[in-house]
Formats: sequence, structure tokens, C-alpha cells
Amino acid sequence: MRLLRRRLGPLAGTLAAVLLASACAGAGSTPTGGADKADSAPGVTDDKVVIGTHQPLTGPAAPGYSTISAGARAMYSYINDKGGIHGRKIDYRVEDDGYNPTRTVEVVKKLVLQDEVFAIVGGLGTPTHSKVVDFLNSERVPDLLVASGALRWDDVAKSPTTFGFQVDYTREGKILGSHIRNNLGGQKVGVLHQNDDVGRDGMKGLDQFIADAVVSRQPYDPANTDVLPQITALKNAGAQVVVCECVPAFTALAILTSARLGYKPQFVVSSIGADPRTLAGLLADFAKRGGTEVSAGALLGGLIGAGYLPDAAADDPWITLFKEVHQKYIPTVPLTNTVVYGMAQAYTFAQALKEAGHDVTRQKIIDTMTSGALKGPGLTPFAFGPDSHSGYTGAYIFKVNPDTSTTMIAAPVVTDRENGPIKPAPTTRKTPTEIALVR
Amino acid sequence: MAADTVIAPAPPAPVTSRAGLSPLARHLLLAVLALAAIVLLSMVVDPFTNVRLATVGYYLLAVAGLTVLTGLTGQVSLGHGAFMFVGAYTVALLVVYVPALPFWVDLLLAAVASGLAGALTGAAAARLTGPYLAGATLALAVGLPSVTQRFPDFLGGSNGLGFTVNSMPAGLAGTVPSTRWQAWVVWAVVLAALVLLANLTRGRVGRRLRAVRDDEVSAALAGIHVGRMKVFAFLVSAVCAGLAGGLQAFLLGTAAPGSFTPALSLSLLAAMVLGGVGSLWGALWGALALVFLQAGSEELTHALALGTDVSNNLPLAIYGLVLIGVVLAFPQGIHGIGRTLRTRLRPRRTPARTSADDEGEA
Repeated sequence: MRLLRRRLGPLAGTLAAVLLASACAGAGSTPTGGADKADSAPGVTDDKVVIGTHQPLTGPAAPGYSTISAGARAMYSYINDKGGIHGRKIDYRVEDDGYNPTRTVEVVKKLVLQDEVFAIVGGLGTPTHSKVVDFLNSERVPDLLVASGALRWDDVAKSPTTFGFQVDYTREGKILGSHIRNNLGGQKVGVLHQNDDVGRDGMKGLDQFIADAVVSRQPYDPANTDVLPQITALKNAGAQVVVCECVPAFTALAILTSARLGYKPQFVVSSIGADPRTLAGLLADFAKRGGTEVSAGALLGGLIGAGYLPDAAADDPWITLFKEVHQKYIPTVPLTNTVVYGMAQAYTFAQALKEAGHDVTRQKIIDTMTSGALKGPGLTPFAFGPDSHSGYTGAYIFKVNPDTSTTMIAAPVVTDRENGPIKPAPTTRKTPTEIALVR
Repeated sequence: MAADTVIAPAPPAPVTSRAGLSPLARHLLLAVLALAAIVLLSMVVDPFTNVRLATVGYYLLAVAGLTVLTGLTGQVSLGHGAFMFVGAYTVALLVVYVPALPFWVDLLLAAVASGLAGALTGAAAARLTGPYLAGATLALAVGLPSVTQRFPDFLGGSNGLGFTVNSMPAGLAGTVPSTRWQAWVVWAVVLAALVLLANLTRGRVGRRLRAVRDDEVSAALAGIHVGRMKVFAFLVSAVCAGLAGGLQAFLLGTAAPGSFTPALSLSLLAAMVLGGVGSLWGALWGALALVFLQAGSEELTHALALGTDVSNNLPLAIYGLVLIGVVLAFPQGIHGIGRTLRTRLRPRRTPARTSADDEGEA
């Protein structure tokens, strides 16, 4: 035995040393920073720029969101066919993360370390993207136009390379809350919200206006598609207005479940789950799986929602452009507001890439984002600046007609993420012809 | 960590093998060689392959734990994802709320927490067999991650917890890429745990476990406490899965309920069957298949530019087909292929290899 011990000592010691080597600092303490890699431009060559994104092409958020990347890809194809940006084609790599944070970390590491993308553009989802923000910032990868309205993307000190895109949930909550107080005052309000930042940040805004009117708050978990307990609780609490801070699949489930219970509240839905054409498709699909048929128009008619991009059926110069791109590249995918979202996001990135100049680096595109030069397709301006990485600053309110078209019932307004006032949005917008991104 | 505890479970009279080394020495030697190989490999491959290398490592440990449970005591668990969940959340909570603790302490505590969960499950499972046991463990896999919904402020709800684990010694920062360092740490822990497992299965405890598996009545007559052995097997197995979960949290910097679905538990089980039940080498083949078969078929579907519906399901279909193919052709899994070939090539060796030998390989 003694011989054995002597022989094994060094071997076991080596193993133990590797383990103990990690004992030098607390696991949760901040590591010392690495080299500054911001002034380089990985993924950029003379004829192309490689960018990546993570999207839920499968999983609980896929119904509704899987067409965003289709819209973005169509827009990039359009730009590439017109000669690209500064003579470079945009190589858009989409990785499916299934709305599963573990997968998100894996695919984003793959995009950054293996594909060596220049930037991550439009990474989708709060639970998913929040797990890669630290990694992207420590690697100094531009993390642009995150497809989620959580407040956490706007953290200039901690996440200098991360930028939001859509209106954040708190701003939107304030606008929805104020609309309910002014137009549906005196009614009992129930809230159905996703059990994460979507709900938390949203209610922060709502409660500034309608905290007293709320009779019930019901969270849902995106992994559990049964919302019967929540809808029953809202019904029993006597909620006449139900605010839905939900992704499209759960807006549809909430509407279907309410119909099944014979419960007809006024639904008020935040922009992430309020695209009527996507909802119509989901309602038909879910009902078919349940063995019934529904009239999407009857279920959706009267629904109130928020938006910040022009409606896919609106008479708008941007929609004219998007329709042209849609017709040419993805005619088989229905042109929904979700597809418009993907196109608007892609256009905004391409615009930033152009503004950053021919000799683009990671630092230059971040400087461009904060310069305030970006004027996108939205109906409200961006908040981008040296002190803010927030995207759109406000929203408008629309009502769904029985034929699932929409009518704007409150003009675009802007506000801040704190307690500031709600003001009318500036009415001047740039048209695609004025921006002249491509010839 | 490993230095002292490794010596303890060695059998009182070490059996020397054909190389003249005791099993413990042989396992340790193999582990050190394997670690050296991993370090060399990690130097030549790109940073992302290092992430995959580390992924293979923690899956290997989880599958190894499962294969010890199933191969040695005949118990089946459809809920090992739940133990990974316990390990991952223990590490996550410690990193977030007790940032001063070094990482290896976090990992040890993750092993303790998952061991407790395993012992509790094992105590219930020891009374169940067959489909009832499968059902009970499956319920664990379905139910446990929902705990995060009950305490959204503490456990982060659906969002889970995100953090960065700082484990790199100050001297190495800047010289060793972080993914390479992560691969080293993961594999060092995995190999240390595998040495312990291999010795455990080779020694007295392993013989008792196999006795319980083969015939509970005769094992009881021989003085073995059947229930205790079953609980113990569950505990060991859960510790492995918990460590694997802790390493996953370390590697990815996240713990979220969406990552610990029943599908994870089932894919661990599938990897075990694919590699070969009861063999630690089989666990390695299973873990490799789990990571690289998936990655390979995803790249294939990307390259073929198929429609979204097809390309999203093809990797799973390929994995399923390979599993069916291997099980039909080689019921003992991938490891069985090697064994069959070896037996044919070197028939003289056959009588020397006992079943205990197979199960103790590491």
C-alpha cells in the first residue's frame, strides 16, 4: 500500500492542482479585463460582412416569431442584389435556439468563435439573449437591435456594445396604461403576463396609470401552454379589461381559452403579441389542432394593441418598399407585421453599416449607433445616443377590425422609461427614397 | 479534491491486472493520460471546438452516472435531467449570491445538493420497479424545473439565472483563451469523477450492486442490505448528473428551466443505450454521439439548404435512426461493436475477460 501511495501521489496531485488552480478568486467576482479588441473588424472582407443571429425557429416562441428572420433575409437579399453596402454583401447566418437559453449560449458562441461574425443582429428573446450579453460584451462583439423590449439592453456602462430595437416594455406599458385610464376608465383590469422581464418591465409602466384598477395579475410560463387556470382567475376576479403582456402564441391561447369559457373581456395587447395577421394564423392553427374551426375575425375584432412600425397594410412609403421586397423574395410567406419587423430591423442594421463608412470596425459601428444618425421605418424616433441604448421611444394604439385589418385609434406618442410625461411623437419621418440606402 | 478521496474506496486487497498495476493505479494513469490528451487537443483546435469538447465532457459524466445506475443495479431513471437541474442551479445560486466562494467549492456543494436529491429519490425509487420507477423519475424531470416558476424572484422564473463564472487564475488570464481553460477544468473534474466511479464499480460496492441487480433475494441472503444499495446507487448516479449540471452552468454561464426539459433526460438515456449500457467507455461514445452527431447533422442540413420544417427535425431523425440501427445490429451499443471485433481478432483473450472487467473499464 505504501508503494502504491508513493506512486500515485504525483499523479493525483496533478489532478488536484488543476482543480485547486481555480481557487485563486471567488467564482462570482469580476475577472480582470482582457485586451481591447474593439478596433478590429472580424467577419468583414472586401466583398462581404458576416453577421449572425439567434432565432426561435422551433419551440414555444416559434409560432409567430419564426418568420422574422425570413423577412430580414429577404431584405438583405434585396440589398445584396442592389450591390450591397460599400460594395460588400451581407452574409446573414441564422441559428435556431428553440427559445432555450442553453442552446442560445451554444449557437452564439458558435457564431462568434467559429463563424467569426462581425456582429450579432436582432438576437431574439429576453430569457435567451440575456444569457449572452455578458459574453458578447466581454468579446466586444457589437450586439445590435436586440429583438426584445426588456430594459436591460439599455445599460451603457455595463453593456456598451448592446443596443435595443423595439420600444421597451416600460415605455409601452405607460402608453397602454394611459390609454386604458383615459378611454376605459372605471373598468376592472386584469393582467396576463409572461413570467419574466416582459411582465415585470411592462407592469412597471402600466402601474404608473392603472395600479388601482388592477384586480388580478396572472403570470404564465412559456413552457406550459395551458392558460386555463390564469384565464379562470381573471374571469373570477371580474376583470373587464385584460392586458396581455404576451408573445403571440400566448395571446392566441388566451383569446381561445377565454372564448371557451364564454368570457369576453376587452383585450389590450402589447406590441410583441399584437400582430393581427400572425394571431389569425395561430388561432386557426391552434383551433384546428383542438379539432374545431374558429372565425379569427370574430375573435380578434375589437382587440386593442400597440405598435411602433407601420402596419403591413398601411399606406406608407416604407410598406411600399417592404411589399416590393416581399413580392420578389418571399411571396409564399404571408406579409404580416412580424415579417415587416424583420425587414425593418435588417434595414436599420444596413443603414448603420453604411453610416459607419467604408473602413468599418466594431468600434465604428457602435459609434454610429450612438451618433443619433439612424432614422428608421418606425413611427417614433430611436432613443439611441451616448447615454441611451434604447430603441424606439414610443408607440401608437390600434384597434383590430372584424376583417383583421387595423385602424389607428391613438396617434404615435413618445415617453421615457422613468416617470416622464407622454408627448406626441414628431410627425416628420424620412422615407426610403430620402435615406437612399441602395441605388 | 481527488487526492485523498481517491485512495479511500480502494479494495482492501488490490487485484493486479495484466499490466501489473492495481485497478486504481491503472484508472488514475488512464485519467492523467486522457487529461494530457485533452490539453493537447484543446491547444490545436479552434475556440468553439473547445466548447464542444467541454460539452462532451459534462455529458459523458451525466451518461456515466446513468450507466452505473442502470448497468449495475438495473434501475432505470428517466429523470436525470432533474439532477442536472439541481447541480446547475446550485452553482448558479452560489455564483450569484455568494460570489466570494471559489468555483471548486461551488461544484462540491452542487455534488452535495444533487446527492441529497438523489438519495431522497432513491429512497422512493427503491420501492418501485419497471414502469413505476420510470414513471416516478419522469415525473421528477417534468416537475422539478417548475420550481423556478414558484419562486420567480429567487430562481429567476422562466428567465433563469445568468452569470459569468470567474475561475481562471490571475496568472493565466490573457495567455490561455477562456474556452480552452473551461475545457481543461471540465475534463479535470470529469476524469477525477470517472476514476472514482471506475474504482467504485470494480470494488466491493460494485460486486454488491451487481449482486442486487442479478437476484435481490440471494443478495439479501448473503447479507447485503438491498434497499440501502439501491439508494446508494441512485445517490452516486445523481452526484454525477449534478456535477455535470454544475459544469454546464460553469461552461455556459446560465441556468434556466428551459434547458432541463424531459427531452434532456430522454436524450441522456438514449446516449447511454447508444454507447452501451453498463460501460463507462460506452458513456464516452454516447456523449460523443450526443454532441457531434447533432452538430454534424445540423451542419449537413445547413449545407443542403432545406426548408425550415425539414432542417429543424432532420438532426433528431438522424439521431433516432442511428440509435435504432445500432440497437438492432449491436444490442450492446457502440461499445459492443469494439468488443465484438476484439473478441474475433484476439480469441485467446476471451476467457480472461469477465463481466466485472467490462463494467469496470474507465
